[in-house]
Amino acid sequence: MIRHGYEGVVLAAPVTIPYQRHSIHGAAWWIGRALAEALRAAGLRPADIDGFCCSSFSLGADTAVGLTQHFGLSPRWLDHIPMGGACGVVALRRAARAVQAGDADIVACVAGDTSTPDSFRQQLQSFSRFATDATWPYGGGGPNASFALLTDAYMRAYGATREDFGRICVAQRQNALAFPHALMKRPLDLAHYLAARPVADPIALFDCVMPCAGAEAFLVMREETARALSLPAAHLRGAIERHHAFPDDPIQLRGGWAMDRDELYAMAATTPAGIDLLQTYDDYPVIVMMQFEDLGFCAKGEAPAFVRAHDLTAAGSFPHNSSGGQLSVGQAGAAGGYLGLVEAIRQLTGQAIGAVVPGARTALVSGFGMINYDRGLCSAAAILAAP
Amino acid sequence: MTSLAAFAADLAAGRIRVVDLTQTLSPDFPTIVLPPQFGQCAPFRMEQISRYDADGPGWYWNNITVGEHTGTHFDAPVHWVTGKDLPNNTTDTLPAQNLVAPACVIDCSAEAADNGDYLLTVPVLEAWEAAHGRIPAGAWILFRTDWSKRSGAAYANMRDDGAHTPGPDPHAVRWMVGRGALGFGVETIGTDAGQAHLMDPMYPAHSMMHGAGRYGLQCLCNLDQLPPTGAIVIAPPLKIQGGSGSPLRVLALVPA
Amino acid sequence: MTAKLPPPAPANPLAVPRAPLLPPTTRSRAALGLASAAAERRFALQVCAACAAVQYPPREVCLACLGHHLPWRDVPREGRVLATTTIRISADPYFRTRTPWRIGTVRLACGPVVVAHLHGDVAPGASVRMTLRLDKSGQGVMLAMPAEDSANMQDDPQLREMTCDPRGRRVLVTDGRSAAGQAIAAALQAAGAREVFLGVAEPWRPLPGRDRLAGSAVDLDCTDEDSVRRCAASLGGRVEILVNTALHVRPGGISAGTSMATARAEMECAYFGPLRLARHFGPALRARAADGTHPACAWVGLASVYGLAANPAFGGFSAAQAAALSLLQSLRAELRPIRVLRVLTGPVDDEWHQANPPPKVSPAALAAAVVGALRDGLEQVAVGDVAQDFLARFRDNPDTLARELAG
Repeated sequence: MIRHGYEGVVLAAPVTIPYQRHSIHGAAWWIGRALAEALRAAGLRPADIDGFCCSSFSLGADTAVGLTQHFGLSPRWLDHIPMGGACGVVALRRAARAVQAGDADIVACVAGDTSTPDSFRQQLQSFSRFATDATWPYGGGGPNASFALLTDAYMRAYGATREDFGRICVAQRQNALAFPHALMKRPLDLAHYLAARPVADPIALFDCVMPCAGAEAFLVMREETARALSLPAAHLRGAIERHHAFPDDPIQLRGGWAMDRDELYAMAATTPAGIDLLQTYDDYPVIVMMQFEDLGFCAKGEAPAFVRAHDLTAAGSFPHNSSGGQLSVGQAGAAGGYLGLVEAIRQLTGQAIGAVVPGARTALVSGFGMINYDRGLCSAAAILAAP
Repeated sequence: MTSLAAFAADLAAGRIRVVDLTQTLSPDFPTIVLPPQFGQCAPFRMEQISRYDADGPGWYWNNITVGEHTGTHFDAPVHWVTGKDLPNNTTDTLPAQNLVAPACVIDCSAEAADNGDYLLTVPVLEAWEAAHGRIPAGAWILFRTDWSKRSGAAYANMRDDGAHTPGPDPHAVRWMVGRGALGFGVETIGTDAGQAHLMDPMYPAHSMMHGAGRYGLQCLCNLDQLPPTGAIVIAPPLKIQGGSGSPLRVLALVPA
Repeated sequence: MTAKLPPPAPANPLAVPRAPLLPPTTRSRAALGLASAAAERRFALQVCAACAAVQYPPREVCLACLGHHLPWRDVPREGRVLATTTIRISADPYFRTRTPWRIGTVRLACGPVVVAHLHGDVAPGASVRMTLRLDKSGQGVMLAMPAEDSANMQDDPQLREMTCDPRGRRVLVTDGRSAAGQAIAAALQAAGAREVFLGVAEPWRPLPGRDRLAGSAVDLDCTDEDSVRRCAASLGGRVEILVNTALHVRPGGISAGTSMATARAEMECAYFGPLRLARHFGPALRARAADGTHPACAWVGLASVYGLAANPAFGGFSAAQAAALSLLQSLRAELRPIRVLRVLTGPVDDEWHQANPPPKVSPAALAAAVVGALRDGLEQVAVGDVAQDFLARFRDNPDTLARELAG
């Protein structure tokens, strides 16, 4: 069967609630604020939305179900996406099909988390059953250690150097200097990057994201709904997701995008060359390199050469993570899975609040999530187009 | 003035002195060791119930565990098979009148000092009578060896073939029974010599004294503070129903 | 190559000792099988009964066929290192005080990929021998060992977090009167223990072998609260390993053949004695479990396999040994990070087992087993053919074993 396209589905009202290192508020406060801000931006009341989709790590026992009563919503379509860094694109895919089919007219997609001085450790020690059993007791390094192992393997396999990873981080910091909500606003050069305090070899301080509190949101609706509301909106051209790809790979050197990217570009009737802006999931630079490769911007193993050959800043030859990404803005839990998507909507609809990507008409957003044990299990990507 | 009133006056005036013949009950004091295939006498043990703490905020007390033959103790006739069918042979039935009695102290401390196998013999007893007069019926015969001044391994004096501690030979025991002695008291762990299992009969002090309804006192001390004659010994065992003996406090009254 | 660990330096009495923290303790029920294997020096993983796929991390159903019967089986230890990292900043308090800490991704020859602790001699890309170890929480963890032995490999700091090598440590063996206690003391001294203390009860009694005792005799009578208290007051702060060797074996049953006094003495020795030891030595041992280069690390309890299932010919003794095993089980939970090692023995070659046919366990065999188990950080070792056979039967079916023993 031929997959249906996403014709007529648009994204609007991109919202970022400015991040904070720590917060005295609960996750619902952050999610509620982002929802309110998205509704305000669209000129809607809570009763005007009939779909709600939420992602968060710090809601405790609550899911999107509990939040309907908390927020006074009565949606006829509800979803909760516990997919970490892939939750933004996956939420979009679910919501797109709902509005296409008429199960809902307007779906609010929100991700947010709070952060307290000990919340990150608590989250890590019970992140997943396999992590509790088989990684957390091995040094308590959390994702730093997991990505250190993947980075080590990638460097051995493809000859990447720390300088190569540094180029990604330095370019994103450059982008972040213009982004008002970025938590990390001190300029970073390669020398600083290389001299940083080691965290889990070969990963050092500037390879790591800073856990923080924050929230992101956008609305998904049919094109005519957006037009009726006079909302600037980006079109969804194609989207893929894949979970637990390549289980026989002994160590993760590629993600699920490599399985599905042809379909992604075919749906969007474009190619990597047609992408004006790439938003990757960037909790560590090694995974950015894998996305460059697996999404077809260069061949496998050539990302190090690719980053040496390109300017990754917003106005550069390969605009990438134009708000600074999680590496410079911060990682607000599940909101990290929304950050690139929300930024892409802003760029494509002329609503950028930081660095502007000149002439951005088509953007690719990818997500990566859930180091369940030794590798990230969820991968997803979407291609968006300007109105 | 009755004699008891005179006694009270003498006691109050210090003309009668009270000598404690008792070893302190402690876990460290040696107990009798039988061959391992036999049941063993429990050593003294003490466990705290409370000490002004959560288990008893205002008071201190302990539970103790002892065998009937632990520490300074009394042997009743029923202790030995030879005395098992005698009347009034248990700690609760023996006559109270017998629990206060005069004592004759046979001092063999010089002879036993370097000789763990020293045996009390009839000639020694006869020599004592020659010097101090006939031993009256109903008196304790106390065998002074100064063994109580030893401690630990020297006190138990055990070797691979058993204990080597002084005691009476069978003739001496028969002689003492014939004198009508109330009982035989010693400073060592047993009324019998350490090697008494080699005698005929075995363990003569236990066998013949108890068989004749007489008593034993073991692990006494301070016998060196008693005169050869003239002391009164107060030695009442705990009134244990059917008991074969008990730890006790043994006191002697001596002229100051 | 691992550097040889020097003997402990004199402690700075003013320094605050490192707290006895535990590495992460939480595990799924399935993952506890790792600890069961590690406790006995085995390398076992779940193997699907239906399709023979080897599983890791531990699962509820098979990753290859969704079969739900995944028994634990010994599997080959060979593996190859795919990636390594040295963790320098840890979010966990235990590891935070032990960084740098090295881990790696290892592909096992039998299939699974494991994240493992790495012995310091394991190089990137190297072939390794995988071991399951007990960490300071008593949980089973993967530790990759170098393919070849080297001189001082036992001194690797990460390995030492999982073992209880007696070398350089001070040991108290509680029953210096028993042949087993004396043999264990001698073996620990030969293994490089810094000091061996032998508890001797009733010092007024002759002590066979006193002239050739390994270590120094100290007054200790485990049946006497006061004696244990005094011994702990004098030694509690300066022993790192406590070995309770007291066994009071007497033949005889429950309804006949054993006096109450004997039954009580057996229980004194098997239960109340260790209880007193635990109360007076346990807290101090635990408090010193992370202190210095040679921290307190182990509690060893000698017990009879009859504690697992009673031998009616030794009915009273068996009951007391069941109490002993029960005590060790609770003590294990309480004393962490101190390793509680239970040494299961069958009939020992002594005067109380004259009627038992051979094979019987010699004191020297017990001693060798204790030293080996400490070096490898085990929680259980069954010494001798009889104990191993007994344990195999017990594991196969405790009910059947009980009926076999009933005769």
